[in-house]
Amino acid sequence: MSLLPPEFADLEGFAPRWCLRTEPERWAQRHASSMGEMRELYDAVFPRVEAMYAYLDRFPLDSLPEDARNLLYLVHSFVMVSFPVEVWDGPRIPDVGDATLDRVASPIF
Amino acid sequence: MARHPKPAEGSWTEHYPGLGTGPVSYADSISPAFFELEREAIFKRTWLQVGRVEQLPRHGSYFTREIAVAHTSVIVVRDAEDRVRAFHNICRHRGNKLVWSDFPGQETSGTARQFTCKYHGWRYGLDGACTFVQQEGEFFNLDKADYGLVEVSCDIWAGFIFINFESRPRQALRDFLGPMVTAIEDFPFDRLTQRYGFRSSVSANWKLMTDALQEQYHAPIVHANQRSESFEEHNFAGGFEAPHYQIDGPHRMFNSAGIRPWELPEDQIKPSEQLLRGGLFGPWDPPEFYESTQVKGMRPGGHERVGVALFEIWPNFAIQLWERGWYHTYQHWPTSYDRHIFEWNMYFAPPRTAAEAVAQEMTAVSLKEFALQDDSLIESIQLTLGSAGLTDFPLGDQEILCRHLHKTAQDWVADFQEPGS
Repeated sequence: MSLLPPEFADLEGFAPRWCLRTEPERWAQRHASSMGEMRELYDAVFPRVEAMYAYLDRFPLDSLPEDARNLLYLVHSFVMVSFPVEVWDGPRIPDVGDATLDRVASPIF
Repeated sequence: MARHPKPAEGSWTEHYPGLGTGPVSYADSISPAFFELEREAIFKRTWLQVGRVEQLPRHGSYFTREIAVAHTSVIVVRDAEDRVRAFHNICRHRGNKLVWSDFPGQETSGTARQFTCKYHGWRYGLDGACTFVQQEGEFFNLDKADYGLVEVSCDIWAGFIFINFESRPRQALRDFLGPMVTAIEDFPFDRLTQRYGFRSSVSANWKLMTDALQEQYHAPIVHANQRSESFEEHNFAGGFEAPHYQIDGPHRMFNSAGIRPWELPEDQIKPSEQLLRGGLFGPWDPPEFYESTQVKGMRPGGHERVGVALFEIWPNFAIQLWERGWYHTYQHWPTSYDRHIFEWNMYFAPPRTAAEAVAQEMTAVSLKEFALQDDSLIESIQLTLGSAGLTDFPLGDQEILCRHLHKTAQDWVADFQEPGS
């Protein structure tokens, strides 16, 4: 049983690791990942975002079928790795030490 | 040559003569004794924002707030008459904390028909009245009417709920907020209900974090590495200047021209930001119902090109409005002289498409990256303030709001110690 809609079979390999519902899960996954793993996700999702939006917009955002929801979570993980890949060249923000900022409220998709 | 004209006095700071121009004392940020005074002189004597009306959708909806700086916990509830009310969260029988779940020190929320104490089962209505005493006959001349919850003054402005611990507030909420702040009430706060919330425990005095958010002199330096080199050359090389600063009583604001990524050449924008149309400066596309020109109060200096307006509402709450029709709020809840809880909420229009939802997520993620850079810097300031005997520091004109915050805190404490001084 695949996690993503059949149209996105090319991304299925990323789904088990990156289809994460909440920001704390995605934040933790980013910090547990290598640059190689994040770049791979980034490079695979980037050219597919427009197609992912087109698929998602077939449904109301508040009642997405499960495979479409996973697709949205995958875009959210792309967002999560964008700073490590494009700016920091690592999972951590430089000079941040042990400071934390927890996401405590998010829209539910 | 200033990029933005300054007031006739030559500077924003001198435009407000009471502020002075000398070095500012930060002894107020490293002193346990001063913090004890701030509790009484400031936090127990003024209006404090505690949440929004959307958090209380129905009769019986409630949330609790831990207000450590005022040594109390508060229940905020929508009663059966649709009024929003606040009560000290303490049972009148033997002082047990009335409303909590699992962890007594943590905040909670929910919906209730009444509040029942976990200890001996005393009950209270949504209006605070004591409605039931277990084994009432065992007590001596006890009249339940004398044992209602202790009410806290509570009022609402623009959907923001404020409380005040004074037994009789010296000022009504609207008078306290004053004309500069109330002029932004046309902003469509009630339609921007898609919330992203953040919370952090910061090892620094509450005023140091406020300072970091109310001046942008630091932005070209601290956040330079978030942008491309080309962007840095074009936009940050000359430093930061605000087109407008304003002070009204204990409150203060500034405008920033803002950066409009959608107007920049592609080589100055992160590729993912270009793709997702959202980032550090918010979602690029405003909600269809929003026109920034509607909210005149956002640019009290009359500047046409204003991207951002930050309103610092005394003592610990700030609202930052963005021209693209979203906003965020900051709040600093001191827990000791060198620690506070930082709360940050971002509010957007409910998204209609996946692209809108992702642009909002991109904004929330980007802002966290930048805020963590600020967080750790503030903690580093707390570590060294006062060392080598250094407590007084020169503040520039772009730091006028920091100057005003510390002066206001010091003035309120002085006035508390010697009224009318």
